[in-house]
Amino acid sequence: MSDFLPSTIQISYLVAATLFILGLKQMSSPATARQGNLLGAVGMLIAIVATLLDQQVVNYETIAVGIILGSIIGTVMAQKVEMTAMPQMVGLLNGFGGAASMLVAMGEFWRYLYIPESLPVDSNIVVLLGVLIGGITLTGSLVAFAKLQELMTGAPITFPLQQPVNAFLFLGFLAGSGYLLVYPEDPKVFLVLVALSLILGVMFVIPIGGGDMPVVISLLNSYSGIAAAVAGFIVMNNMLIIAGALVGASGIILTQIMCKAMNRSLLNVLFAAFGTGGGTSAGSGSNIEKVVRSIDPEESAMMLGYARSVVIVPGYGMAVAQAQHAVRELADQLDRLGVEVKYAIHPVAGRMPGHMNVLLAEANVPYPQLYDMDDVNPLFEQTDVALVIGANDVVNPAARHDSGSPIYGMPILDVDRAKHTIVIKRGMSTGFAGVDNELFYKDKTMMLFGSAKDVVAKLVSEVKQL
Amino acid sequence: MAEGLIAAIVVFVLASFVGFEVINKVPPTLHTPLMSGSNAISGIAIVGALLIAGPKEWNLTEIFGLIAVVFAMINVVGGFLVTDRMLQMFKKKEAKV
Repeated sequence: MSDFLPSTIQISYLVAATLFILGLKQMSSPATARQGNLLGAVGMLIAIVATLLDQQVVNYETIAVGIILGSIIGTVMAQKVEMTAMPQMVGLLNGFGGAASMLVAMGEFWRYLYIPESLPVDSNIVVLLGVLIGGITLTGSLVAFAKLQELMTGAPITFPLQQPVNAFLFLGFLAGSGYLLVYPEDPKVFLVLVALSLILGVMFVIPIGGGDMPVVISLLNSYSGIAAAVAGFIVMNNMLIIAGALVGASGIILTQIMCKAMNRSLLNVLFAAFGTGGGTSAGSGSNIEKVVRSIDPEESAMMLGYARSVVIVPGYGMAVAQAQHAVRELADQLDRLGVEVKYAIHPVAGRMPGHMNVLLAEANVPYPQLYDMDDVNPLFEQTDVALVIGANDVVNPAARHDSGSPIYGMPILDVDRAKHTIVIKRGMSTGFAGVDNELFYKDKTMMLFGSAKDVVAKLVSEVKQL
Repeated sequence: MAEGLIAAIVVFVLASFVGFEVINKVPPTLHTPLMSGSNAISGIAIVGALLIAGPKEWNLTEIFGLIAVVFAMINVVGGFLVTDRMLQMFKKKEAKV
């Protein structure tokens, strides 16, 4: 009978881990994804209840307060957040996860200060690792959140000797860790290490530009998974290790996908301080007469209404203008006229892979109409009109041929191969990468200036009259 | 302890491979919900937090554990709910009116 409870707990953990894996697997199709997320949540519930059954855990009243408080805050955040703010939301939640892992490591360290036994070397290493990864995840995520929420400048913050300073901080952490492995009873040194890991998190993210923040969030997501796994090593719990490893792996895959979509290596994203200033990168070689053709909504509506096929290329500009509902209405009207409408989604459209899909889904755009870059690019040559709404760098043809351009080699949507291109944009400013876009000066390109929401609303009313 | 650690490392490595296999198949459309969903799962650190906060004696370990419980719960509840909010919007064509 005495074995009964521990084995029940272990088996519950196994069930929870299995549910996490099945849940992630179901996430691979829009039809089952919601159920997959539910499975994950059920797995989490089982894990929590099983842990509460553990005989070590007797502090129910206070724990209940903690659980309820956290749940309320989490619920409110999840209900309130705008879909456009999803990247920073994930970043913030991620920071909390990192904080939790770090606190677990700190708690374990202090536990050994209260008992005569001293912290064994292997647990000590794991605790220090937890502090390092958890601390970096916490402050790194907070900085990423602040940059995306525009609480601080999105431009990279650099200063002389930045890399040597960071290396010095990191070596300081290693040295302190070495000291603690020999003298594990020194809370002052331990606190210094906590501070160092928090500073490292800040230093790690400030030199990275706002446009690259999603990569950072994805990478930090992976860290928070690894941090959870490390917490699992601390309390010797396999389920924690499994779940942490799953998240760690998923974060790394997504990070790779994003880097590939921007044709940059992860090292380049992390250390190159990309997108530093305005204008420096505007191709100086090709300053021959840059003529822009502008067009009014009425004429645009005619072009769209009498086209056979239209591909809409939404960008973050559409999302911030909250124009996705108007865009869908436009697509509906065009559909009524027998125009074939597709949406072309660049892998990094929006501010995170798949972000644009979420925003369009919010506007009730059916997901089979959304095409990934590789599927839609061959179709542009047979497209009558490509309608670019608030996208910039992802449609810049310079990425294909101008080896001097900072975005050279980044895979783009080939809108310039369509018979006509209409670009809806506020003005001639550059995109995230700070690069001028030669698409705007092509003969086949017409610029429709104005805020995406107003312009698309006008297009809708014009198309209605056709 | 060292043996336990090695067994734990084995579990970690194998689970990472499972993670790579499962997630490689997720289409780009679902990457954002995937990120927030997997982020919610990383809130599994709640289990570590509960174990640390478990004993009924007031000391720093307890306090760290409790704060960790609050943070991890925000991560878990917020993460799963917001993922669900996103996923419920993914529909095929709604019935034409």
